[in-house]
Amino acid sequence: MLDPRPDDLVIAGVPLTSRLLLGSGGFTRLDRFERALEASGSELVTVALRRVEQAPGGLYDAIERGGARVLPNTAGCYTAREAVQTARLAREAFGTDWLKLEVIGDRRTLLPDAVELLRAAEELVADGFVVLPYTTDDAVLARRLEDVGCAAVMPLGSPIGSGLGLRNPHAIALLRDAVSVPVILDAGIGTASDAALAMELGCDAVLCATAISRAREPERMATAVRLAVEAGRLARGAGRIPRLDHAQASTSDAGIPDLTPAP
Amino acid sequence: MRVTVNGDPRDVPADCTVATVVAEAGVAPDERGVAVAVDGDVVPRSRWAATPLNPEARVEVLRATAGG
Repeated sequence: MLDPRPDDLVIAGVPLTSRLLLGSGGFTRLDRFERALEASGSELVTVALRRVEQAPGGLYDAIERGGARVLPNTAGCYTAREAVQTARLAREAFGTDWLKLEVIGDRRTLLPDAVELLRAAEELVADGFVVLPYTTDDAVLARRLEDVGCAAVMPLGSPIGSGLGLRNPHAIALLRDAVSVPVILDAGIGTASDAALAMELGCDAVLCATAISRAREPERMATAVRLAVEAGRLARGAGRIPRLDHAQASTSDAGIPDLTPAP
Repeated sequence: MRVTVNGDPRDVPADCTVATVVAEAGVAPDERGVAVAVDGDVVPRSRWAATPLNPEARVEVLRATAGG
């Protein structure tokens, strides 16, 4: 294992230089995906497992060519049982224990099913998986997921694919303080400023799929989100000024000249 | 005998193995990133050739696609 550099993101002992995870969801052309991957600088890319007739092939090789690690997901699973079976298939297909665990509770909102999620996480951790669960912005649930051994938590900013950004920044900040594992803002990013806000709130990384894959120019948006993640990380470290409900002059009153006209 | 491969019914010889239906599904022998389940359980690639299918077996042949 490489020695982590001072500002690496470390998940389950593995150091990552990039704090932007790329979701491959929404890409329909491999060449556009490959250019976006390079522009994003991402070292971790999510994929799904589907029947071969619906999966054109080439994606797995493209991710490895791009120097990134595959992060399989369990998208489309509605029970802990389905998620555990899908995880085992993913481990067989990709030779990785890493897993973005999704257990969805509702087709319209695609919000996580907290009960099934926790159950699946516990079982998969016991089975040796490095579990990164897609979860709500609930700090208590995040702590429960950490308690059962998840390697990170991935709270949503708003529903998957909605592009609504971070609808409850306070909840994300509370969640950040509630756990000690890495927090990866997942779902809801619409544009670069959303990613910057997530990092300013203290998130350790951002996962971005649709905002990049369905942008008019995915490669350019991938660059924008990469820079936003870096900017947000820097701003968080620099320490923002407190918010005031009145003005505070930045220019001193000392030495103001007397410009009164002669009587 | 009748089996189901990725949701489609298929008539196969009685000595049919997992490896046979995987090849028929269009997966090259050296293709990486493929996983197979029979009746919900993972069959590791190392056992595809030696795993016979039972009548009514439900086989899923899966690979990576964009998602997440």
